[in-house]
Amino acid sequence: MCRIKERLIHGLFFLNGFFVVIILLGIFSLLVFTSIPAFKEINIIEFLFSAVWNPDAYVKHSYGILAMIVSTFMVTVGALVIAFPLGIATAAYLSDVAGQRTREIAKPVVEILAGIPSVVIGFLGIVMVGPLIAKIFHLHNGLNAVNGSVLLAVMALPTIISISEDALNSVPVSYEEASLALGATPWQTIVRVKIPAAVSGIIAACMLGMGRAIGETMTVLMATGCAPAMPESFLGPVRTMTSTIAIELGEVPYNTTHYYALFGVGLVLFIITFLVNMTADIVLHKHEKIVK
Amino acid sequence: MKKRQITQVLGFNFLRLCIALVILILAVILYDIVSKGMGQISWEFLTSMPKDGMTKGGIFPAIIGTFFVTVITALLSIPLGMGCAIYLNEYSKKGKITRLIRMSIRNLSGVPSIVYGLFGVVLFVQLLHLSTSILSAGLTLGLMTLPWTITASEEALKNVPQYYRDGAQALGATKWQAIRTNVLPYAVPGMLTGTILGLSRAAGETAPILFTGAAFYLPFLPRSLSDQFMALPYHLYVMATQHHAIEKVRPIAYGTALVLIVLIFCMNFFAIFIRYKLRKVRIK
Repeated sequence: MCRIKERLIHGLFFLNGFFVVIILLGIFSLLVFTSIPAFKEINIIEFLFSAVWNPDAYVKHSYGILAMIVSTFMVTVGALVIAFPLGIATAAYLSDVAGQRTREIAKPVVEILAGIPSVVIGFLGIVMVGPLIAKIFHLHNGLNAVNGSVLLAVMALPTIISISEDALNSVPVSYEEASLALGATPWQTIVRVKIPAAVSGIIAACMLGMGRAIGETMTVLMATGCAPAMPESFLGPVRTMTSTIAIELGEVPYNTTHYYALFGVGLVLFIITFLVNMTADIVLHKHEKIVK
Repeated sequence: MKKRQITQVLGFNFLRLCIALVILILAVILYDIVSKGMGQISWEFLTSMPKDGMTKGGIFPAIIGTFFVTVITALLSIPLGMGCAIYLNEYSKKGKITRLIRMSIRNLSGVPSIVYGLFGVVLFVQLLHLSTSILSAGLTLGLMTLPWTITASEEALKNVPQYYRDGAQALGATKWQAIRTNVLPYAVPGMLTGTILGLSRAAGETAPILFTGAAFYLPFLPRSLSDQFMALPYHLYVMATQHHAIEKVRPIAYGTALVLIVLIFCMNFFAIFIRYKLRKVRIK
């Protein structure tokens, strides 16, 4: 009797655990099935490599997402250029230089920063960062790719800092001691021993930050101007994959080609972030193995 | 010798500058919102409906909407998240299926929030006919928070020493009895703390609720779970970008942002308080 009950409980918990696999597969398959009807009408090559997205055109609708993909990567790369050095420097300081007190201040700062909702960051992009950019570059408004990059950098920072710090902390103490014993200064030890030893963990941190930046919706929706064309420069408005979905899905009727095409955009987004996260995962495992 | 020391001083100061910049960013964000939002906060702002085409009045329906959605989110994500964590930490053996489950959790936490929104539209609104409602939005957010809940809960279970389980089982308890009486009581505070932190993030999310139930403006409060609702983060988005008189409603937008941030901080403090309080009670 007791045995059966135990087995039953075990089975229930297993089903519960397996549920997450079902959700992941469910998300992927629903995206695939909902975007399939779109590709009956749209050539998939055109979908991926044409830059013209004009679903409302009177004569010929065009569904090309290249401009969105380029926009997404522009703001993401911009964000990483800012957040990568800043994040790693902060992580290095926290793991190797900072005293107990600095660490006690900085830890909550990073956590609070991670907790600020993206819509609030986007709002600040409109009221604070935008006008500042407009002033510096003499533009009439500051809603552009640079603005999006700055905001996404702020959003990616907590991820990059905390994971890089973990990577640096997991480097065995013997490495550090050996380096110091050979006469290297603490600075040389950080730059030439610890960071190289933790490099795969740091790369993984940046990839996870990148994954977050690619998938972020509200900040880019609010702060990048959202012009649906091929971006001309970092100072021009851009429209990412996420913001296109956010703008248009609310307005299209269910079960039209346009609606299905937006799920196609979602599918591409899902695949890109999936690949980025998987790569980060593999790199991180490699780091753990090396450190052990 | 000297050159090395100069490099070191310069290097350390560069690192200090970077960390100061990170702290400065947070300080500027908080200062801007608190200083400009504070003037807007009043009892009336918190407890009245929006008036005159949302140019006056309060944000009461948005607060209520966010509250109810977060409750639904919690009801889905707490039991499922804890169950999954219990499976992973107590029952699972090393193997392909466990690896698959762990990989899925890591990937779910990286799925963009807007993709959860798309998933919610198809699954809850269209396939399950829940319409755009509090229920659909709450369930969508619940799925999104699941990976965070699982990770936090598992962390809490890991902190319970192995001999608590062994002791119970040595005295003849079955595995489940051991978990129920000797593991869960010690792990629940940590589980709750992590879960509430996850819920606070869900409460601030906008993208997943855009199409699953959040409304631009409603003249009444939601009466059931199948009604649409107003939510704080969506209200802030509307006030910041969609309103016809954006400059005029800036103060309201700042006020909304402040209320949202304060709400999230309160949830975080509550979470930390639970951990502190329950820990004191348990370990005597």
